[in-house]
Amino acid sequence: MGKVKVATVWFSGCAGCHMSFLDIDEVLIDLVGRIEFCNSPITDLKVFPEGGVDVTLVEGAIGNEEQLELAHTVRAKSKIVISLGDCAVTGNVPALRNGIPPRELIEEIYGTSRTTNGALPYEVVPRLLERVRPLHEVIPVDYFLHGCPPPAGLIAKAVLALLDGKTPELTGADLKFG
Amino acid sequence: MLRVVCVSGRGGEDAVGLGECPVVRDLADGGDLVDKLRVKIDGRTILAAPGKTILEVAEENGIHIPTLCHLDGLRDVGACRLCIVDLYGQLVTSCTTKVADGMEIGTQTETVRAYRRTILELLFAEGNHVCSFCVSNGGCELQDLACELGMHSVRVPYTYRRERVDATHPRFLIDRDRCVLCGRCVRVCQEVEGAHTWGFAERGVTARVITDLAVPWGTAESCTSCGKCVEVCPTGAIARKGASNAEMRKHPELVAELTERRARG
Repeated sequence: MGKVKVATVWFSGCAGCHMSFLDIDEVLIDLVGRIEFCNSPITDLKVFPEGGVDVTLVEGAIGNEEQLELAHTVRAKSKIVISLGDCAVTGNVPALRNGIPPRELIEEIYGTSRTTNGALPYEVVPRLLERVRPLHEVIPVDYFLHGCPPPAGLIAKAVLALLDGKTPELTGADLKFG
Repeated sequence: MLRVVCVSGRGGEDAVGLGECPVVRDLADGGDLVDKLRVKIDGRTILAAPGKTILEVAEENGIHIPTLCHLDGLRDVGACRLCIVDLYGQLVTSCTTKVADGMEIGTQTETVRAYRRTILELLFAEGNHVCSFCVSNGGCELQDLACELGMHSVRVPYTYRRERVDATHPRFLIDRDRCVLCGRCVRVCQEVEGAHTWGFAERGVTARVITDLAVPWGTAESCTSCGKCVEVCPTGAIARKGASNAEMRKHPELVAELTERRARG
């Protein structure tokens, strides 16, 4: 059997979920032999593989137009999509801006900043969506890994179950937010 | 174990469903001889004292029903709806429904579980429950319910409600984004402390708990600053000021202890 193709993407989140993924310690050695990392902020591969992947782990909520578009690509090209962490599952911290008009946010953050001399980044950075949304409000999601970040053991458990062709059993304390 | 004193063949006066159900007499908690009712919970026949709720009978017999607004020592109001059970195809709140002879109750049917989960998701969607930086993270009854009821995701759109935090009280604060309107604070303030500081205002999605006549908590003259509302609040909505996450562990069981001691005199 060939290696299982795994991708991870990073939307509106702090990268803590990726850190927790790396924190699975010796399980990583097991994974190296069994998976092929296709697209990940960890490997710095920037283009989502054309040929598609088996599993994509998604960290972060959907906060701008680029993320929204990539989320649809991820769904179209992945057999299994996993929401990795509370931002992807609930919106979490990035969603705290919901209710504040994006223009006001941009003007507050960039308009008053000395480093940008008050220039507003409407052309160079992706436009913010009206509100931040959890991943499953945008595309269908197969599994949800809760936690801020999800414990390394939980990530290992889910990924290893999938590699064995099983459904990860996520119950009880696995579903603890925060 | 139940002490069955006498079994007769006649139906109880309030008997429903079973018709000629034998009446079982037993010593009630107070020592009086009463007719026991016969109910079936999840297929198990159980003898129950009249006047008890389905929830009480279930708990006495080791059958767990999830609850949120219920708290031992406070009057039950059926606010959160999470303790619903199946009673002849109808969903009723087990904390406010008294047992009757012949009742057949299902506490874990597929319908009951599906509704409980939806109710829980609505609670999460209606508030702004961001566990990751909540003072009650790890000590929250709502968070525990998500684990217990298997809530993988909230399938309804989040409302991202934004309420102002009231930190005008010198020792406590309320973050209404985290409030589930269980009314424990309202009841404990009224029934145990007798201060009547907390109350409900408005209805539906705009409903909220208020202090006195919707004045800032710090200016609510009726508040005795006893802190009972902090202890009973199931989430991080009402918390102690300056408490870290590790320090903010609540003790809602103190209420039952207090009311039991008062009853003993």
